[in-house]
Amino acid sequence: MKQEIVPIHSLEFLSKEILELTFISEYLASTAKPGQFINIRVGDNFPLLRRPFSIFNVDENRVSIVFNVIGTGTKVLARKQKGETIDVLGPCGNDFLSFVDDSFDTAVFVAGGIGVAPFRFLTKKLYNNKQIVTFLGGRHKEQIIASGLQNIKIATDDGSQGFKGTVLDLIKDDFSKNMYKRPRFFLCGPTRMMKAVSEFATGIGADCCASMECDMACGIGLCQGCNIEMNGGDKKYRLVCKEGTIFETKNLKF
Amino acid sequence: MIESFKIGDVEFKNRILVASGTFGYGDEVPDLVDISKLGGVVTKSLSMKPRDGNPNPRITETASGMLNSIGLANIGVQKYISDKLPVLKKYDTKIVANIAASSVDEYCKVLELLDAQQRVHGFEINVSCPNVKEGGLSFGTDVKLVSLITKELRQRTRKPLIIKLTPNVTHISEFARACEAEGADAVSLINTVIGMAVNIHKRTPKIATTTGGLSGPAIKPIALAKVYETVNAVKIPVIGIGGIVSWEDAVEFFIVGASMVQIGTANFINPATGITVAEGVKKYCENNGFDDVGRLVRTLQTNKTISIVDSWL
Ligand SMILES: Cc1cc2nc3c(=O)[nH]c(=O)nc-3n(C[C@H](O)[C@H](O)[C@H](O)COP(=O)(O)OP(=O)(O)OC[C@H]3O[C@@H](n4cnc5c(N)ncnc54)[C@H](O)[C@@H]3O)c2cc1C
Ligand SMILES: Cc1cc2nc3c(=O)[nH]c(=O)nc-3n(C[C@H](O)[C@H](O)[C@H](O)COP(=O)(O)O)c2cc1C
Ligand code: FES
Repeated sequence: MKQEIVPIHSLEFLSKEILELTFISEYLASTAKPGQFINIRVGDNFPLLRRPFSIFNVDENRVSIVFNVIGTGTKVLARKQKGETIDVLGPCGNDFLSFVDDSFDTAVFVAGGIGVAPFRFLTKKLYNNKQIVTFLGGRHKEQIIASGLQNIKIATDDGSQGFKGTVLDLIKDDFSKNMYKRPRFFLCGPTRMMKAVSEFATGIGADCCASMECDMACGIGLCQGCNIEMNGGDKKYRLVCKEGTIFETKNLKF
Repeated sequence: MIESFKIGDVEFKNRILVASGTFGYGDEVPDLVDISKLGGVVTKSLSMKPRDGNPNPRITETASGMLNSIGLANIGVQKYISDKLPVLKKYDTKIVANIAASSVDEYCKVLELLDAQQRVHGFEINVSCPNVKEGGLSFGTDVKLVSLITKELRQRTRKPLIIKLTPNVTHISEFARACEAEGADAVSLINTVIGMAVNIHKRTPKIATTTGGLSGPAIKPIALAKVYETVNAVKIPVIGIGGIVSWEDAVEFFIVGASMVQIGTANFINPATGITVAEGVKKYCENNGFDDVGRLVRTLQTNKTISIVDSWL
């Protein structure tokens, strides 16, 4: 893990609402793994705390994140320009690859909204070894980012792209029609969606892991601010930033 | 340039410490910070038994600061001694064990266990904890209890004893005087300021415990005023804490009269803040003709005709 000041390579709209910010970092490009995040100091003094972002893509010495403009931090980020620098700290957290083994054949990716972020990078690392099916859910089509993914199935709340309804409805429908060999679920998105999908996965006897979201002050285990409640086990809480962000959902008390 | 400072018999290599609860147990960030360059590390508050802490959400950002309600989550003193202290052996810095407890007896027991450890160089006592016997009211807001805790702990250790004071009282200097009278080697201030934030969409508090502790740049002016009040009341060293993110902030505390400073929330943004602060303070002293950082302490020029008591706001 390192703290670096890195040059911005580009900032582009991937849809009307979602931006991709790419910066140059040999270090992160060579060390980051899918599912890990970086903690960005968005401005010099404002906002005060860093903001965590999943690693979206790694290409040679370039690393990128994707984001929606929703609040103070992302507003500042959206005004950055090529040639400026940003302060990044990472890579942080555990990664999806440590949940990949011989116990499954089909990797079922389920993303809600901007939760699609880690799956492009994960697809790159997995497509040689596993069957992949990717379910994307979003409010409407501007929230769907499908580039670099495989075997994509889309649900939008308003039906502006793909299936009209929730991603869970789409998964249920799809699983009733298709047979997937020994599936394992990988989730990222809003907690409510992940809880519902993990219940479905458990119901069909599949393993399921999820990248959990949580407000963070430090992102590196110093503040104890990012606790998540466990379902039994030796500790009541674990730290999302350090012991996660990815957990087996059966170990979580949603 | 002399950067070191002594409290009791313990010499800290510089006057910059990292604050309790903002740097883990000291072993979390070895690849980001060269801990040996810090004057010392104050541990997360340690209690007799491990504590799970409060439910989520525990933190929220506010204007130039943050609110927290961690609830003193910690691994417990025994595990600290068996798992953390041995790892810290390799760092050339001083370890100040911060203690939290829910009874006077618990403070004493935790201190006794730690006092036996060579690697623990001193103590900071967090009195901003609920006193279970008195229905959860904070020890730190009752001057008699702060006196009693200081007295009991003083009898049990010869190592530096620092009492960490809460700003959530009317006159913090009264508390500092009580600590001095009972033999404390220093006082440190301030702990977090009670605060609150509301989510207007859900109409709920933004942190699970409704109110929490405010920290960061937002509280620096409060901390400076409390340090100023305290250095005018006691002779023992005062350790300044609150909102320090840069060396300039630290210099303000030294000018006002702090003998040492602690870096808290800033560690979450830049874990190496303590080191850049130490370097900046040193350079400032060199540039201003001080051959000892100590010469900077309490150099505030004030208008002598207006005293703190007479001035109306
Ligand atoms: C491990 C991790 C990875 C993340 N990865 C990404 C990513 O790849 N892309 C991305 O855009 N964001 C990601 N986030 C969320 C991100 O860190 C920020 O919280 C988010 O971008 C908003 O920051 P802000 O400063 O703009 O909003 P703030 O000013 O902090 O918040 C503005 C408002 O939005 C609400 N809000 C904050 N975060 C969210 C959220 N995630 N969803 C819904 N409402 C929210 C707040 O409650 C507040 O009311 C991630 C978070 C974590 C913990
Ligand atoms: C997340 C967090 C956890 C803290 N935990 C403790 C603690 O365990 N014990 C303690 O004495 N102070 C604790 N503090 C208070 C800090 O040590 C410090 O007094 C306070 O934050 C003010 O300094 P700052 O503005 O530089 O952060 C904590 C502060 C924060 C922000
Ligand atoms: S965000 Fe600070 S410990 Fe996880």
